[in-house]
Amino acid sequence: MTAPLLDLRDLAVQYPSAHGMVRAVDGVNLAVAHGESVGLVGESGCGKSTLARSIVRLAPITRGQINFDGKDIATLSRAALRAIRPSIQMIFQDPYASLNPRMTILDALAEPMRVHGHATRGDVTTLVAALMERVGLASRWMRKYPHEFSGGQRQRIAIARALALRPRMIIADEPVSALDVSVQAQILNLISELCREEQLTLLLISHDLGVVKHLSHRIAVMYLGKIVELGDAEQVYNAPRHPYTRALINAIPIPDPTRKRDRAGSLLRGDPPSPLNPPRGCPFHPRCPYMQERCKTTVPPLEPMSDGRVVACIRKEEI
Amino acid sequence: MPLLDVKNLRAHFHTRAGVVRAVDGISFTVDPGEMLGIVGESGSGKSVANLSLLGLIPMPPGKIESGSARFGDVDLLSCSNSERRAIRGKRISMIFQDPMTALNPYHRVGDQIMEPLRVHERSTKREAHARALEMLQRAGIQDAERRMRAYPHQFSGGMRQRVMIAMALITRPELLIADEPTTALDVTVQAQILELMKRMQAELGMAVILVTHDLGVIAESCDRVHVMYAGRIVESARTTDLFTAPKHPYTRALMASIPATQKKGATLHTIAGSPPDLTQAIIGCPFAPRCEHAAPKCAAQPVELLGIAPGHATACLRVQLGEIA
Repeated sequence: MTAPLLDLRDLAVQYPSAHGMVRAVDGVNLAVAHGESVGLVGESGCGKSTLARSIVRLAPITRGQINFDGKDIATLSRAALRAIRPSIQMIFQDPYASLNPRMTILDALAEPMRVHGHATRGDVTTLVAALMERVGLASRWMRKYPHEFSGGQRQRIAIARALALRPRMIIADEPVSALDVSVQAQILNLISELCREEQLTLLLISHDLGVVKHLSHRIAVMYLGKIVELGDAEQVYNAPRHPYTRALINAIPIPDPTRKRDRAGSLLRGDPPSPLNPPRGCPFHPRCPYMQERCKTTVPPLEPMSDGRVVACIRKEEI
Repeated sequence: MPLLDVKNLRAHFHTRAGVVRAVDGISFTVDPGEMLGIVGESGSGKSVANLSLLGLIPMPPGKIESGSARFGDVDLLSCSNSERRAIRGKRISMIFQDPMTALNPYHRVGDQIMEPLRVHERSTKREAHARALEMLQRAGIQDAERRMRAYPHQFSGGMRQRVMIAMALITRPELLIADEPTTALDVTVQAQILELMKRMQAELGMAVILVTHDLGVIAESCDRVHVMYAGRIVESARTTDLFTAPKHPYTRALMASIPATQKKGATLHTIAGSPPDLTQAIIGCPFAPRCEHAAPKCAAQPVELLGIAPGHATACLRVQLGEIA
């Protein structure tokens, strides 16, 4: 097996706050192979976005390694980091916030190329035009401003900008959450097509398991800063093993009334707890329907099961 | 007799860019005790339609151009403000997507829940307090006595939505309008809130209009559904019929674009183009420019929402004529 492109080892991000240390990301191990697409799911506050941002050093790293193509990004100097930046690009949720309203599309897409010396003044227009056509935008629009575009088109612009430096890896943080369903489908198709054709490695963060299942080879489920289940996308989606994954999947409304279920018995109680004061033992135990006494004291390790996936639950084999 | 009978409602906004026909002639009824879903994408008019009923759109620029909305013996669209105030928050309540903007951050939650009783029923403080406490408990708030004295910011998102529900239901309304009540919530909390709404609906026997963009939420909760597009209702059916035999090409396209229902990795169905500019008059079907089944006549003549099977109506000319299945 070849070395993974991205290999996170015991990655932790902690923020000091007035009420103590917030453990946003709490010791994550995750390897993403070349050309692989891994989905990261979890509810608000589980640390999925912080994890994504820490990989491109937009969040302060407290501990651990971020090995990208054999180099540990976590300890790189600013100059060395700059050399790596073109290889990992991010797409954010809100294309209204991530594009500068005063820059034309041409400027927005040309800027990274100029900064990193990927284009000269002469050929930048040609490159931008090609890039726009690549993501399904007419290149004659390049002198327009972001407000002249719809949400879906803006997300295409954000994708074009992420592609401008020919990255090897894309980190997409909730790329379709702000979009309507029909537009969402267009953007998902585009991301999937680009990943296939450009052999991109994708880390896709979403709260929507349906979206993640559709695009990912493997799914990682996060809860309170930790990965609780990681495995083949179909396996995790169709036969989840961690009690939290089960509850999460069970809570998704299914657009099929003939499969209407009575969920009253399987609903999770309470809200996701705060990473400020995580429960002792298994972080999920206060909400877990299978909780036993030992779950309150033992932190379950993320261990492999017979089918290859890893699950952090001490009762994973019995339930 | 329906609880609410809306006929030919038109709500337009007169802006500098032109007249935006946000809601352009919709008619529907709500029966007592049913849960009616209204589904549509951004800008389809689903929220404006419901806000209009309660006189909650800003006027100007908004204007109710035509229509009636019979609720008992009152027409909500033409009644006086005092008549409307007597109904709003008493016989018809509304909850919104973001409970933080609907709750006053400076007042204790208990006082806010008691307010509708104090205003509409002139209840004593003691009586209002007792009923608020009971309603909070029924809405699933633990330690309700203590939580009555807390402020909104001390609650989580899901708990705030429970508070909103308690506040909306304390006057035992006949109709609850819920506008994207779970959109801001995590999926596990969304499931709890939908379950709570269904339970309260059964306990109080009220009707609910559930406005959402999420077909999954509709499938799990509603008895009947209206699909809105460009300010109009394009399809209306019982929930099971809508999902097993969607008729309008827009409804079908919408369903085919949901990733969860499609085969993994398959190219998702997309709808070409974008919704029409509502400042321009649309003569025919508003979906025609994006419709894969459109014929020249679709854009040329007005199309109405017509019944094609018992309880199932569609505003697609070609389906009505039997030209497409």
